[in-house]
Amino acid sequence: MTVLVGPDTKVIVQGITGKEGSFHAQRMLEYGTKVVGGVTPGKGGTTIAGLPVFDTVEEAVRATGANASVVFVPAKFASEAVYEAVDAGIKLVVVITEHIPIHETLRFVNYARSRGTVVIGPNCPGLVAPPIRTKLGIMPNSVYQTPGRIGVVSRSGTLTYEISYQLARAGLGINTAIGVGGDPIVGTDLVEAVLMMANDPEIDAIVVIGEVGGDAEERLAKLYAEGSIRKPIVGYVAGRTAPPEKRMGHAGAIVMLGSGDANSKVKAFREAGIPVADTPMEVPQLVLKALKK
Amino acid sequence: MKLYEYEAKEILAKYGVKIPFGKLAFTPQEARKIAEEIGKPVVLKAQVTVAGRGKAGGIKVAKTPEEAEALAKQMFGMTIKGLVVKKIYVTEYQEVEREMYLSLIIDRASRRYLFLASPVGGVDIEEIARKEPEKIKRVYVDPFEGLRDFHVRTIASWLGFKQGTPQWDQASSIVRAMYRAMTELEAELVESNPLAVTKSGEVVPLDARIIVDDNALFKHPDLEKAYEEDPRDVTEFERYAQKIGFNYVELDGDVGIIGNGAGLTMSTMDLVYHFGGRPANFLDIGGGASRDVVKEALKVLLKHPRVKVIFINIFGGITRADEVAAGIEAALAETGGTDKKIIVRMKGTNEELGRQMLAKLGIPLYENAEEAAQKAVELARP
Repeated sequence: MTVLVGPDTKVIVQGITGKEGSFHAQRMLEYGTKVVGGVTPGKGGTTIAGLPVFDTVEEAVRATGANASVVFVPAKFASEAVYEAVDAGIKLVVVITEHIPIHETLRFVNYARSRGTVVIGPNCPGLVAPPIRTKLGIMPNSVYQTPGRIGVVSRSGTLTYEISYQLARAGLGINTAIGVGGDPIVGTDLVEAVLMMANDPEIDAIVVIGEVGGDAEERLAKLYAEGSIRKPIVGYVAGRTAPPEKRMGHAGAIVMLGSGDANSKVKAFREAGIPVADTPMEVPQLVLKALKK
Repeated sequence: MKLYEYEAKEILAKYGVKIPFGKLAFTPQEARKIAEEIGKPVVLKAQVTVAGRGKAGGIKVAKTPEEAEALAKQMFGMTIKGLVVKKIYVTEYQEVEREMYLSLIIDRASRRYLFLASPVGGVDIEEIARKEPEKIKRVYVDPFEGLRDFHVRTIASWLGFKQGTPQWDQASSIVRAMYRAMTELEAELVESNPLAVTKSGEVVPLDARIIVDDNALFKHPDLEKAYEEDPRDVTEFERYAQKIGFNYVELDGDVGIIGNGAGLTMSTMDLVYHFGGRPANFLDIGGGASRDVVKEALKVLLKHPRVKVIFINIFGGITRADEVAAGIEAALAETGGTDKKIIVRMKGTNEELGRQMLAKLGIPLYENAEEAAQKAVELARP
């Protein structure tokens, strides 16, 4: 099994006629994802990359049987797109869009969760499952060519690709990689994504890529120390040199009110028994070591 | 966007909170005039949007208008955590009976609004939070249901007030005003520390902080305008880079950093530090890396006086190495060359072509980020 997606995952792209939407719809198709259509209000009836475009998610679902969506809609309209997908019965919504106002995210994420829809993101690279060649997101296909038994959960984009690339070079293939998103409020957080992987028998070890801001790493460390997760985890935390009260690119990457700094996250991981790599390049060695135990 | 104390207080006042009289001074003479107008001892409060200004000398009490002028003279032009004091809020001095803490944030784990309330507060709140966490009451508010009466009662009573007293009513109105500010302005933080009971028995937010979500600013044109006119918490360099469209944060080292993606860029800073160097900045050029973006980013660091070495770390599955090389070439051509050393590490397509182009400029292309970071650190050594 892979996490969140399976052989039956049929994907629509919301905002497919935009530059990003159309580009990544093609890359997802090339990777092997079952992309079945797209939605852009007012552009229904046209085609993009050989895919039918619909005016509404409901029509797209009726015509294609889609059960997952990837949202590329610009920030001002993105929440609207998520509500529409949830109400059309979509069970997995991956929100790539960055810069969505946090109070809007707070509401649509709660709305979706109360209706049984899983949201990944916003401000995320999405998720990719090499064993079934399915990608709902923007990760470079070239990095995810080696299927395997490692799970990757990350708050970052390019750093996830970097570490996934290092893993592949060390012969460690990936089962599923999830970029949970760089915003303070996300639909599925680091801890929840790790728990999904912890329950998957086809995942042997989980690489967790954290960063400054918030307390997800600390919460994860606590669960691990309590023995709630019985699978090796290897951590990496970006931003050990980040100054306090400055936003480091991601809206959620900020050390505030004396909490959320990277060093305390590293400390929490290590005290819980989770090995932490000092550089991204050290991650594969630590994974190999953890697997031997 | 971080609001100044006086802006935050104006907002709370608009929502019905009684705020001690105060006015903004831009010169020492103005400070004296306001003190005369108040006719009592005053507090001079440097308007900078960083926490901890009191300990840095940014808050002073003046007994007379003359003293206010003299203190203001010292305070103007002072630098607090990198920010120059240009405005001083002159306000009526309040004798304090006790200090409390009250803040409202968006809680990541529960995905709800969260009030943090403590009957003891003030400058040592972080220490209180560490040593006596049981003092801090957490009151969660559902974003759909909103603030209920029992939330307000729970907070007012935790802060130590009795129902049916004027203090209870004042505290309740502060809780409600903070919640309104949070939701109506789309804030990330609304805080009063200290929230105080004065000797005269009033409940007063002696300090107030509001941080508004940058991504929601477009819905609040008045705030957007205020930010345009006074970007407040960014250095000139940060502002310049922001205007071009980069995420940029100033640090204090000499190795300039350019990366794509926030996580990778932070990790690049950490890598430099790990090998004994000191990063000068955080500059994230975002996803993809076209030649123009690389050119503009590099130009920012080429102009930076403190930067000795520039370390560019790009991980792009679809980014083309020749495109990045072309950007570097263009930046150097436009600025007329440089004495600064440039180190490039890149994963992407057309690496060989990129390597050849960079070789002509005398710039090595590394495939391994650790090696590249070590080299950058070595070159920065005097």
